Amino acid sequence: MQRIGVFICWCGSNIAATVDVEKVAEVMKYESGVVYSANYQYMCSENGQQLIKNAIKEHNLTGIVVGSCSPRMHEATFRKTAEAAGLNPYMVEIANIREHCSWIHKDKDEATEKAIILVRTAIAKVKLNAPLHAGESPVVKRALVIGGGIAGIQAALDIADAGFEVDIVEKNATIGGRMAQIDKTFPTLDCSACILTPKMVDCAQHEKIDILSYSEVEDVKGFVGNFNVKIRRKARFVDEKKCTGCKICMDKCPSKKGLNDFNMGLNTRPAIYIPFAQAIPNVAVIDPEQCIKMKTGKCGICQKFCGAGAIDYTQKDEFIERQYGAIVVATGFKPIGLDAFNEYGYSDNKDVITSLELERLMNAAGPTNGVLLRPSDGEHPKVITFIQCVGSRDTSGCGKPYCSKICCMYTAKHAMLVREKYPDTEVHVFYIDVRTPGKNYDEFYRRAAEQYGVDYIKGMVGKVYNENGKLMVQGSNLIDNEQITIESDLVVLATAIEPEPSVRKIATLLTASIDTNNFLTESHAKLRPVESPTAGVYLAGVCQGPKDIPETVSQASACAAKVIGLLVKDKLKTNPCVATPNEMMCNGCSQCANVCAYGAITYMDKEFRLGGGKTEVRRVASVNPAVCQGCGACTVTCPSGAMDLKGFSSKQIMSEVEAICKK
Amino acid sequence: MTKEERIENIVKLSGTDVKKCMKCGKCSGRCPAFAEMDIKPHQFVSLLGQGRIDVLLESDAIWNCLSCMACVERCPRGVAPAQVVEAVRDTVVRAQGMNGIKAEDIPPIVDEFIPQQLLVSAYRKYNK
Amino acid sequence: MQEVTTEKKEFTPNIVAFCCNWCSYAGADLAGSSRLNYPANVKIIRVPCSCRVNPMFVLKAFQQGADGVILCGCHPGDCHYVTGNYYTRRRMALLFSFLNYMGIEKDRTRVEWVSAAEGAKFSAVMNDFVKTVTELGENKRLTDLRVKEGK
Repeated sequence: MQRIGVFICWCGSNIAATVDVEKVAEVMKYESGVVYSANYQYMCSENGQQLIKNAIKEHNLTGIVVGSCSPRMHEATFRKTAEAAGLNPYMVEIANIREHCSWIHKDKDEATEKAIILVRTAIAKVKLNAPLHAGESPVVKRALVIGGGIAGIQAALDIADAGFEVDIVEKNATIGGRMAQIDKTFPTLDCSACILTPKMVDCAQHEKIDILSYSEVEDVKGFVGNFNVKIRRKARFVDEKKCTGCKICMDKCPSKKGLNDFNMGLNTRPAIYIPFAQAIPNVAVIDPEQCIKMKTGKCGICQKFCGAGAIDYTQKDEFIERQYGAIVVATGFKPIGLDAFNEYGYSDNKDVITSLELERLMNAAGPTNGVLLRPSDGEHPKVITFIQCVGSRDTSGCGKPYCSKICCMYTAKHAMLVREKYPDTEVHVFYIDVRTPGKNYDEFYRRAAEQYGVDYIKGMVGKVYNENGKLMVQGSNLIDNEQITIESDLVVLATAIEPEPSVRKIATLLTASIDTNNFLTESHAKLRPVESPTAGVYLAGVCQGPKDIPETVSQASACAAKVIGLLVKDKLKTNPCVATPNEMMCNGCSQCANVCAYGAITYMDKEFRLGGGKTEVRRVASVNPAVCQGCGACTVTCPSGAMDLKGFSSKQIMSEVEAICKK
Repeated sequence: MTKEERIENIVKLSGTDVKKCMKCGKCSGRCPAFAEMDIKPHQFVSLLGQGRIDVLLESDAIWNCLSCMACVERCPRGVAPAQVVEAVRDTVVRAQGMNGIKAEDIPPIVDEFIPQQLLVSAYRKYNK
Repeated sequence: MQEVTTEKKEFTPNIVAFCCNWCSYAGADLAGSSRLNYPANVKIIRVPCSCRVNPMFVLKAFQQGADGVILCGCHPGDCHYVTGNYYTRRRMALLFSFLNYMGIEKDRTRVEWVSAAEGAKFSAVMNDFVKTVTELGENKRLTDLRVKEGK
């Protein structure tokens, strides 16, 4: 039999003015199971807490009900009080007689009656409370960063600087990501490589950071504090430890017709290559599809010339397994494919290019050494037309329904750079809206229009067609209510961006939720923007939503702060209010596992004694208390009623309902 | 029919949600009959949205629209300006008491004064 | 709102409200701290998520003599547990139409989305719900006779 103590708080006059607290305390004395009932002016005060502690000890209480303010306010306080007096903290229930009673009612009788019912309800619940103990799980003091772009680099550096080991898994041969491809950055127009490559070098030299380039995450098991990750190290056919990055192989390779992905396919590269001059690690990789030796068995020239003896045509994919306490997902983006947009003639005209291609054409390390030349004939373009929102804000099904956020700014940047380098060039920009929120952003855009003389046209392009070697861009000028056709030499499409497609697989492995646009979902849009709902998984960069470099870097650092906060703990305290299955009732149907948003429920085969020496092996649900967040979705889904939620059990809630309805 | 009912009727006939328009003007950017349209395709969507159908009902554009559907094809928001044009045209035609044209009735009445696109849209609308 | 007939005035419905811990319970707290009145016959049960509400709880409430049951959860897409309120929406749509068939009018049951910032909405919803249920009068269906006798 439970021995319940009831403590009614006056909260000064906040409660006492509308609720007859003395009467409530008096009535509670006669409730079954209640052995002590008191009222006090401020229960949460030092003296009030002492009163509770004394009562627990004196009357040997097994559970207490505090009639006071909202549990969101002082539940934690009173749990600590109970714990200090030797009572399990989960044997405390709060009856909210302030926010839900005294503050909303004016009539004292009415409020007192309601307060009595609310306290009775809490008593009914606490009678069925069971002592709960927060579990503990160890924390592996190592973090995994998936993706080696600027987001991954920043997160890794911040975590490593705090003294924790970090691994960066990057699927390409080098880290650097999209930012390495960019020529200049807005709104300051400083060179992207100049600010990125030192960070890449920092990563390579940091003793706490291990860069696993040309690798992919294959499998993830475990949970927060204790992830077990299997990583595939793809065969690069070059020994990473021996290669010195001298590039002799690149000169000697006879197969030079591979499309250079780093330059968006605008020029070619040999079969053995280092993606770009500042690559980290500065190690070559062989494209087996293109390599003559790998295809025909005859060649081996690179091996002959390699002074370091690094070439190994027989290399195989390797798998490594490592443990991590936390995972940062920073998989980044890619521009969308433009096959569905034949109105812009992207596939038919070499001189219709995407913005990322323009970045490479303007980059000093790009295919034209930074001289802006038309891809078709290598001539200087005299008239350049930019088209914004290509594939963004498109609900017709061809593109993406969201705004890609960065296009307005980079188009202004491109227009400005072109006008600066080649003042005789005519630049037009077709826009729907120019969206430039951000520090110094709108000023930047206005500078393009006012100082650089970029012609901004409000309207959209309906068609781009080739007429006598000229690109005719037909669109509307909505301000003048005209339809105009601009004879252009080069057309640049501000292409929408989408999350790197590999994020889907990673999301599945991590049981991280993902939205219809393949962006990873954050735990709370406003208050927990860098955490995935899956505990221990954090999100940085465009994998979570479109964003520019400054925002990505801030998000990456925020992730790092969260990761460090997790890794400094030796043990994680888990919320004890988790789901728990009654194995005798579980029929192994998997419905609970299907509704669990966290992947906390797994199934195992368990042997049950049937009596008479017989045993039976049955498939039953098992909840990982470190992963379960205690929402209770599974408890209602379970057809056999085997699943229950500790702290909010069906019996407890039923008796609360009963207590409320009783008149 | 009151004006409100008329507006509602045109909206219904057009089968398109003009509120989805984000005013990008891609429809007018592609319209091959742009020069002949006194009210431009994007204005049809905008004016219907404002309920200003009087201008639309009196426009020449409803007779000059080719019903080529380029604007529908190009709209990134799934709005169909050509359907708005057609809905307005239908409203005018119905008010004139020509409620529906059967395909077999067409040869005798075809002459140079009947706009081609009216036949096209009449076929589309009534020949199902 | 107070314009009910004298005959009905004597009847005050018993309302059970289930509020999720993260949005609606906080919304109810805000209604309290903003001193926004709603009738005293609404009593709130705190659940971690609206999806914790088993249809059994709703049935139990009616069996025990409740005249109306309302569930409050986070707005769709804002659920603290990502998808919990979607389950609630589906489950309760089914349950409520079943209850309607059983003779418990649809107006006696309701699901509302109240965020932690919507104290005013919470109060308005409760006022409206109590008014609706008061007009419907006492619930006689599904009630356990033993409970009735105890009245």
